[in-house]
Amino acid sequence: MSFVAGCDVGSLTSKAVIMKNKKIIGSIIIKSKPRPKDSADAVMEAALAEAGISGGDIAYCIGTGYGRDRIDFVDEVVSEISCHGKGARWLLPTAQTVIDIGGQDCKTMKIDTDGNVSRFMTNDKCASGTGRFLEVMANVLGVSMEELGKLSKQSRSPVTLASTCTVWAQADVIKFINSGVPIEDIGAGINTAMAARVAILVNAVKPEGDIFMTGGVAKNVGVVATLEKLIGKRIKKARKADPQIAGAIGAALLSMERINGHGLRN
Amino acid sequence: MIVAGCDIGSLTAKAVIMENDKILSHAVMRAKTRPAESANEIMQTALDQAGLTMKDIACVVGTGYGREQIPFVDHVESEISCHAKAARRIMPSVRMVIDIGGQDAKATRMDDSGNVARYIYNDKCASGTGRFLEVMAEALEVPLEEMGAMGDKSTEKLQISNQCVIFAETEVVSLVNEGKETADIINALHKAMAKRVASLAKSIDVEEDVVMTGGVAKNSGVFKALSEALNVDMKSINGIDPQIMGAMGASLYALEKAGEKVSGLKKAG
Repeated sequence: MSFVAGCDVGSLTSKAVIMKNKKIIGSIIIKSKPRPKDSADAVMEAALAEAGISGGDIAYCIGTGYGRDRIDFVDEVVSEISCHGKGARWLLPTAQTVIDIGGQDCKTMKIDTDGNVSRFMTNDKCASGTGRFLEVMANVLGVSMEELGKLSKQSRSPVTLASTCTVWAQADVIKFINSGVPIEDIGAGINTAMAARVAILVNAVKPEGDIFMTGGVAKNVGVVATLEKLIGKRIKKARKADPQIAGAIGAALLSMERINGHGLRN
Repeated sequence: MIVAGCDIGSLTAKAVIMENDKILSHAVMRAKTRPAESANEIMQTALDQAGLTMKDIACVVGTGYGREQIPFVDHVESEISCHAKAARRIMPSVRMVIDIGGQDAKATRMDDSGNVARYIYNDKCASGTGRFLEVMAEALEVPLEEMGAMGDKSTEKLQISNQCVIFAETEVVSLVNEGKETADIINALHKAMAKRVASLAKSIDVEEDVVMTGGVAKNSGVFKALSEALNVDMKSINGIDPQIMGAMGASLYALEKAGEKVSGLKKAG
């Protein structure tokens, strides 16, 4: 049985996954370097080392992510959306709707049983509703991302942020802090604003079936709980692997389909 | 007749005192937390400069986002109307005013009589507003006022592809890390900013002459980039600080209101 690989070079992190027989035998996440080519080389080398094989053992490799066109060693490049759909379905075989919130974007998609994407929405133009929004806010409040998530539960009267723009919302938050508003009420307001923005993208794909969330923001319990309320559905989490590598998993699965010459059934 | 205009913006407060058509004094300051406080302080500064007291002022018109909180005004007018009014007075051929303030960007089109025909603004997002430049000046550690001149020295063409302030700031940080020249980064920022404002203006159809008002008009780099993005020969307002155009328009309204009052009194008398 041959080895296949997927390499996802994102704006903030780069991921590589090596699979054999639909099982992960090596997976690595690194912080992206200024040049996508360097990120790809470094992350793939580390994943190969983890799997204990060499580049020559890889039968097929697909590249994805914003830096995908600058990876030297790939056989093919595929859009992030397609890879995420495949990867999500592998991580949670019942997933039909996927919400992926990255550091600089937010994507929602609907997938069929093969992980093929039928509808999708994306925001990568504006920081609002992306991981960056929460990062900026957590920084202003002086809490970690996980602590920020927990503030929602402690709040009795969450504040309302007047603007969706990260810059203006940040100014609002500073005003709230200066006027002595309790931190949990500010944090809850931030999580609600984030969830409201993401909910627009979720509803736009007409969510069905099991909803699955990938990306680091899935770790913010406040955002997840508010988002569940706003869309009126439960959001599921994967335990099979870190959802951050969904794109790279999908790329590896697509590589396997290519060498097998047929579609993959989960 | 002596009148005044007071423009309380989100970042700066402005006051203008006029005697008929002549500006007696004008003042600009950083806005305080409370609009009323800014208004009192900036008005006092302008009065002191002109050697006058509030009693000498026949009428005051307020404008700007804090206009409803100014304690001493007789009337309020929208910024859109005030900027159009002042631009028209200075340059009768003007058909479009582009006003970039600290927290918003507006484009206003006027008819041949100077009446506002259409306008559009962005106050939802910091992109294309003065805040965009402020954030970038901080990131680059350069004084905001010097950005225009610094960008002029650019020799290499760089691209800032994001319009979002947060994402553009990340781009700036990576360009700095790549060792790119500050002048080149600033030049690219001016172009990115101009692109955003131009798309706003184009959505209500650009008509010449176009003038630029508001604090950002003082940045020669943005001015030039915006002229290019709009593909027009944008006019600059000579001799008058573009930042006080709103307050000047307000005092022109005050002049009209005071005139009405006087003629009304005469009629009644």
